[in-house]
Amino acid sequence: MFGVLMITLLLTISLVGSNMDTILKQGIIYQVRAEITENTSIVQGFNDPEEFEKFVQQKIDERIKTLGLDTPWYSPQRLGYTMYKILILDFGNATFLISDSGSSNVGEIIFEKMPKTILLFTTATIIISIIGIVLGAASSNKIGSKIDRMTSTFAVISSSFPVWWVGMLMIFVFAFVYQIFPARATPNIASDDPGYFLALLYHMTLPVITIVLIGFGAWAYLVRNFMVGIMQEDFITAKKTMGISKKKIVYSHALRNAAPPIVTILALSLSGSLGGAIITEAVFDWPGMGRLYFEAISVMDLPVIIGSTYILTVLFLVSIFIADLLYGYFDPRVRTSN
Amino acid sequence: MSSVSTNEIKREFLKSKMGLTGVFILLGLVLVSIITISTIPVSTFQEWNNPEKWILYPKTSVPSWVNLLSSEKIPEHKIIDAEIFESNKDEIFLVSQQFGVSFEYDDFPSDFIFVTKTKYSDSHLVQIKVIRPDGIILEILSTSLPHSEIDTIHNQRYFSTDSMIKKNLNAYKDKFQFDFSIGATEIIFSDLNENQVQKGNYIFIMDTYGIGEPAQVLESKMILGGKTFGLMGTDELRRDLAVGLLWGTPLALFIGISVSIGSVVVGLVYGVYSGYKGKKTDEAMMRFNDVIYALPALPFLIILAVTISNSIFLMIGFLMIFSWVGIAKVSRSMSLQIKTRQYVEAAKIMGQKDSKIIFRHIIPQLLPYAFASIAISVPAAITTEAGLSFLGLGDPSFPTWGQILHDANTYGATAQGFWWWIVPPGILIAITGLAFVFIGNALDVIVNPKLKR
Repeated sequence: MFGVLMITLLLTISLVGSNMDTILKQGIIYQVRAEITENTSIVQGFNDPEEFEKFVQQKIDERIKTLGLDTPWYSPQRLGYTMYKILILDFGNATFLISDSGSSNVGEIIFEKMPKTILLFTTATIIISIIGIVLGAASSNKIGSKIDRMTSTFAVISSSFPVWWVGMLMIFVFAFVYQIFPARATPNIASDDPGYFLALLYHMTLPVITIVLIGFGAWAYLVRNFMVGIMQEDFITAKKTMGISKKKIVYSHALRNAAPPIVTILALSLSGSLGGAIITEAVFDWPGMGRLYFEAISVMDLPVIIGSTYILTVLFLVSIFIADLLYGYFDPRVRTSN
Repeated sequence: MSSVSTNEIKREFLKSKMGLTGVFILLGLVLVSIITISTIPVSTFQEWNNPEKWILYPKTSVPSWVNLLSSEKIPEHKIIDAEIFESNKDEIFLVSQQFGVSFEYDDFPSDFIFVTKTKYSDSHLVQIKVIRPDGIILEILSTSLPHSEIDTIHNQRYFSTDSMIKKNLNAYKDKFQFDFSIGATEIIFSDLNENQVQKGNYIFIMDTYGIGEPAQVLESKMILGGKTFGLMGTDELRRDLAVGLLWGTPLALFIGISVSIGSVVVGLVYGVYSGYKGKKTDEAMMRFNDVIYALPALPFLIILAVTISNSIFLMIGFLMIFSWVGIAKVSRSMSLQIKTRQYVEAAKIMGQKDSKIIFRHIIPQLLPYAFASIAISVPAAITTEAGLSFLGLGDPSFPTWGQILHDANTYGATAQGFWWWIVPPGILIAITGLAFVFIGNALDVIVNPKLKR
């Protein structure tokens, strides 16, 4: 897993590395020139502009060398150093973007946005999974019934609509035609206001509804399929012959046995939705990681891009890991003999 | 894994309602693509981003079929071609360009423009008049083409907002029973008694008089400005959305199908080879597979699009990188089963080459599964591409559906209520996705005995 993380990092750095160097070098040139021209005594010491230019160039070269920018970004020391710094979560300073509190430290920016993304998507995923499990169990209870067919149809249809497009429609209908919810999901009040959290929740309603609307059909369908598989196992038949009511079998015995795959997929879909957050958050203007990422891309703020990609990958890997652990915990068959 | 014969699949598929619906939708889309490619000239789509091309079209106008649904008829934006008559009397040549329009709407047109291109020499007089449905003739403009000694080609536009037109109309002031402090279009199309639209046939006539030689009309159009246009309306940049949506169809099919075929083929061969070889090769190949699987796809696609290129062909390649992984996993486990079968082992003992065994004996067994996965993975490719385009990272020279939605979002279509700009692209994306999901699911049920219940 660690290896995967390193490879991701390496890929990201190699994709943006050369751009980053050019930007850094330009920054240094600008900085050095500003420093020298501000100091009038140095400027006055030169009579010949050519000589002055030479001096400035020399200073720039010196600065580049001390920062180690004279070697290309793919040289082992620099690569190792960059990766080490990222590993200890030191992403440096952002080029353009700043956090709400005014800091330009990439780590601070990311950790300020992350809770909001987690809040939005965790809420949505929890609602989706509750609706999905109830609907899925209900439809597996009566295969071929009206509710079963409706769930399946809805699952297929809803999964082919892009979430962000439905988001646009929802904004159009509920924010402009019927003015129930705000169009922008970022609250207008300052983040240290006591009413901020409530405002955030109110602004969160529309995105949550959209994500749930698109997501729960597929979930219900998935749960239904797991349940159908389990309902055909021998122990269920045994329970049936014992005279336990079908409702009880479905909701307590079968559902418990369907738990391992369901929990695994829950963990995976949660982390998967983080990646999809980029477009969804851009549509709703939700102040989370996804929008940060989108903003960073549009102004080419490389430290932020590298940092967010890294964090996203870490989150993704951690959730795969947790999903694996949970699977083993819930399903005794997976446990190894030692 | 039970092998299913091709005939069986065909028979089963024809029984599946879902699969057939999918095939019908897909056929419809293919038909639309073919019609688009053959009827709409390629130049239109190349000039999608050229504002010059769309200058005569109205800005953000609703589709004209809206009039069928509402009782109030909104004036349609019309581009009328001229009928040209020439006559000659005592050395005076008259070229008469006539524009007939039947105006049956409840609101005035916003304006009208005459766009002409003439080839002439010497001096020519231009007179524009309109014959109204009630028989009244209004002479609205008389002017001349600039004098020229030699043959010249002259482009001229006459706008309804021209102050001369208003001045000329003042001559008819006593015929109308209302205040004249309104625009020229509101007077020309108005009823005599009160300022309301007079419905009926209007004929606009533009006469060009020349002595000795008639002026040659190269191009002549009258644009009657309105609020509705075409099948799908227009966007903020005056582009005809119907053209963009139609061109989006073959593009979406192309992107979706090529990505899914590419990734399924790669995944299949990779997985089968890995499973067939086994041991260390298998281990190494599967670890590599895990690495790709663990990469967050969308952030990486965005970085790739930004740093390398957003050309549509490279984008297809990038999408493939992230979509073959799952297929490789499944086909590996399938090939693990198949390779223990006796005929494969027999082939091995007979000394056949590995490549031959893989391509001759194992992969054909997996083909039904491969087709199902191709169909199932098309929608994801289309929505991902649309998503990237929506973020503004798509290829701007191709009017894909995602691109149209991106433009809609940038110009605030949701806030201004331009529903015709938002709804159709999304529905088309969904319909295309649905067609493939239907086909894929129907195939999956047939080739995957586990799902047969």
